[in-house]
Amino acid sequence: MSEESFAYTPGLAVTPLTYITRERTLPIKGETLVSPGQRVDFDTIVGRCFLEGSPYIVKVAELLGVEPEEVPRYLRVRVGDAVRKGAVLAGYTAFLGLIKKAVESPIEGVVESFSELTGHLTIRSPPRAIELRAYIRGAVLKVVPGESVTIGTPAAFVQGIIGFGGERHGAIELVSSSNRDVVTPDQIGEHHAGRIIVGGSLVTYEALEKARKVGVAGVVAGGAKITDLERILGYRIGVAITGRENIGFTIVLTEGFGRLPMSERAFSIFRENEGREAAINGATQVRAGVIRPEVIIPREEKALTGELGSLGEGRMKVGSVVRIIRYPYFGEIGTVVELPVELHKIETESPVRVVKVRLQDGRVVVVPRANVEIISE
Amino acid sequence: MSNTGATAREPRFILATDVGSTTTKARFFGKVDGEWRFLASGEAPTTVEKPVEDVTKGVRNAVREVEELTGHRILDDSSEELGFIMPYLGGKTGIDVYVSTSSAGGGLQMLVSGVVKSITAESAQRAALGAGAIVMDVLSVDDGREVYEKVNALRFLRPDMILLAGGTDGGDKTHVLEMAEVIAVSKPRPRFGVSYRLPVVYAGNRDARGDVRKMLSEDFFDVRVVDNIRPQIEVERVEPARNAILELFMEHVMAHAPGYEKLMRLTSTDIMPTPAAEGLMMRTFAEMKGVNVIGVGMGGATTNVYSVFDGRFLRTVSANLGMSYSIGNVLKEAGLENVRRWIPFDITSDELMGIVYNKMIRPTTIPMTLEDLAVEHAVARESIRMAFNHHKYLARELKGVKKERTISDIFEEVRAEETYIDMRRVDYIIGTGGLLSRAPRRAQSMIILADAFQPIGFTYVMQDSVFMIPHLGVLSKIYRDIALEIFEKECLVPLGTLIAAAGVGTVGEKVADVTIEYSESEKEQVELTFGSVVKIPLSQHKEVTVTVQPTKKFDFGPGFGKRVSKRVRGGVVGVVLDGRGRPLYLPQDERERRKLLTSWYRAIEAYPKEFLDKLG
Repeated sequence: MSEESFAYTPGLAVTPLTYITRERTLPIKGETLVSPGQRVDFDTIVGRCFLEGSPYIVKVAELLGVEPEEVPRYLRVRVGDAVRKGAVLAGYTAFLGLIKKAVESPIEGVVESFSELTGHLTIRSPPRAIELRAYIRGAVLKVVPGESVTIGTPAAFVQGIIGFGGERHGAIELVSSSNRDVVTPDQIGEHHAGRIIVGGSLVTYEALEKARKVGVAGVVAGGAKITDLERILGYRIGVAITGRENIGFTIVLTEGFGRLPMSERAFSIFRENEGREAAINGATQVRAGVIRPEVIIPREEKALTGELGSLGEGRMKVGSVVRIIRYPYFGEIGTVVELPVELHKIETESPVRVVKVRLQDGRVVVVPRANVEIISE
Repeated sequence: MSNTGATAREPRFILATDVGSTTTKARFFGKVDGEWRFLASGEAPTTVEKPVEDVTKGVRNAVREVEELTGHRILDDSSEELGFIMPYLGGKTGIDVYVSTSSAGGGLQMLVSGVVKSITAESAQRAALGAGAIVMDVLSVDDGREVYEKVNALRFLRPDMILLAGGTDGGDKTHVLEMAEVIAVSKPRPRFGVSYRLPVVYAGNRDARGDVRKMLSEDFFDVRVVDNIRPQIEVERVEPARNAILELFMEHVMAHAPGYEKLMRLTSTDIMPTPAAEGLMMRTFAEMKGVNVIGVGMGGATTNVYSVFDGRFLRTVSANLGMSYSIGNVLKEAGLENVRRWIPFDITSDELMGIVYNKMIRPTTIPMTLEDLAVEHAVARESIRMAFNHHKYLARELKGVKKERTISDIFEEVRAEETYIDMRRVDYIIGTGGLLSRAPRRAQSMIILADAFQPIGFTYVMQDSVFMIPHLGVLSKIYRDIALEIFEKECLVPLGTLIAAAGVGTVGEKVADVTIEYSESEKEQVELTFGSVVKIPLSQHKEVTVTVQPTKKFDFGPGFGKRVSKRVRGGVVGVVLDGRGRPLYLPQDERERRKLLTSWYRAIEAYPKEFLDKLG
């Protein structure tokens, strides 16, 4: 007896052609620099804003050794004044110049406030300009003036399971000939600088190090050893909220930690698109409002418009292609042959809802429904 | 706003939901044949994020499942908007009460600030944790950070709320104003949009109230003034701050989460943060029985620990210690060896990390093999152990002057003399959360809780059957007796009594002579040896008298070598005699350690015999 069922784990989107939109939002209100219909490239600056500078509290009372209420007498600046680093903010001379005390500004900025309660001045550093890039190549679909810009493009789209490093772009280049190959340093050379290199099942520490050295934009592979990644990052990973790592390039793993062949589907998408420019982002957040890392390969020559459907969240039914995402069959791909309704006792003795899957080698295995993900059609 | 207060007549059917960060869990209770029963549960993904930004949708889906399972009509389908058929209309239609808890969107995330780290900042932390908040950072004048570092922390963290404490009433106010100034200039941006003024609870020196209001501009902050948390150095008064936090949680945080306004209109009492409700239930239970209780809620992202000790209640939420999203962080904080020490088979670091980190990135998967299950159980022990250390760190007597500690010290072992939680006097341990509720064998929960808490003497161990303690906690606000009846009868699974010795010996050495007296004529003698665990099967409905005569190196509560005799109750696991010592003895030698672990798991039948036989 079978039925349809929602997969518990939304599958990752892996599709040769879809319509991708990305909303680019300024962190605070600013100005948008493009208009609807305009074509933009990966690096086009689409918006700009000014982030308020950091405040710096100068403890004038303590530094002068006077009571807070006495400070105004010694102030040499007023709220609103622009000051340079080292400018005298307050000071006094006593005993005919024998005793001199001065408080200097530790930064360049503007005097924002003075508190009579504490005798402290606040200097705020100059605002910092933030430029927002398009991230993908495509057409501007929508502009919310001063706030956001939405860009769309037909594209090949591959989501990974976890990534490190932020938004970058470069031409796709395969360094493995099959999705099962291991990426080693000898496969990476100077000519890969600025490119997104794609490997098979595992990228080793040495290969990652070489990739960094030659200056690749991104590395995409099925898996990597967690210990190797931690060596690259320089710290132990705690929670899966990534994207801000300062490692000089971006890593996207499509399957997980360990040696895991990249799904055939993803690998063939990369092969078909070799040489094309793509955007890559390692940002991952495994929590409510899941964010997965991604590679977007714009295919503007393809005629496709409109929103992307609910990628990767299909119903599981007999015939669905799924990937098993937990030991002992981790990474295996198969076809659903049955979705028994009744609970099934698995090896751990847990009674769970299961799915029967025929693996590519013909074996039929019973696995918890929670441990499979549907591979996007 | 919610209509507070209950309906006058006694209800017949009650619906409760917990809007969790990933799943919304509905629990349905009813009075059947004069007794309150748990009738059904329904679960659905929480809808707080795009594309469905409305929590009521997830609630509707979860309740729909309850309807399908029971045939009882609850949802009012006459309108698009979520509504319930209230009150109960007879037959299988309607409910009388609807209550809810929430930890959606990551719960209540707070930043606390005091003047002195070990005095006001610590009290502020206790107040925030007591309200069920996740404490993102603790700022104080003496926290070792430069002012600009504090400003950066405030700007980066984006808290939902700030609790500012500091100074005794009538004392110096410069320092607390200094911290107010740091908050004022950094203008922290709250998580929920720009139109939102950041709530600040001020619970410091009363003489500084006016100044604090002046400093924290109304354009950015909504300042709520309450009584000083430390009016005098030797007095701590957290209740007013705690209540203000809960009020502001309702007014600001919940009101800004999508769909909550609609949900709040439907509930019979205010929505509570999940850990606050969980803690309230544990507290109500402890107070009713007049016992000391330690409780643990193991979530995917956080581990919450509760204690009611000699009437004193404390709740802590350890953010980033959990069994799914945060499982990688447990490994990071505990260290590989501390996790590995509980695993009864050989496993390389790469294999162990592979299992743990792959769970982190695919948090909804479940173990398929016993090896995988044992790894998760090992991580669970460490997660509870560290969360309990964090708890004990705050469960201390008030002190004006303390040894300096850093925030990273909080997971370190807390010396027994530093906490008021005396492990010899813990009457009950209660566990809840997915890992425990879903453990295939109850004996697994029993040994996980025993290993993580390591109580001494006689302790009764229980666990939540299907995650419903928060639901009952919020219900207890309006129907205390009903909540307690369901809690005891339907919610708690009695695992059994754990009888454990403090002390250290060599494996095989005698720890105690134990006599189990079933009746005057029926007695059983057990010689408990060091490094061993003995399980005595005894049902939850039976009681026996257990008399322990320890050798002089061991203590079962009253002192080393002292005899103790108590009536004890069985459970689904039974009575467990624990001769492993305290601190629990684990050999350094890998093979020896695995052998010993296997013998314990065999003794209490924690895992299938064939699996353990394979291990040797």
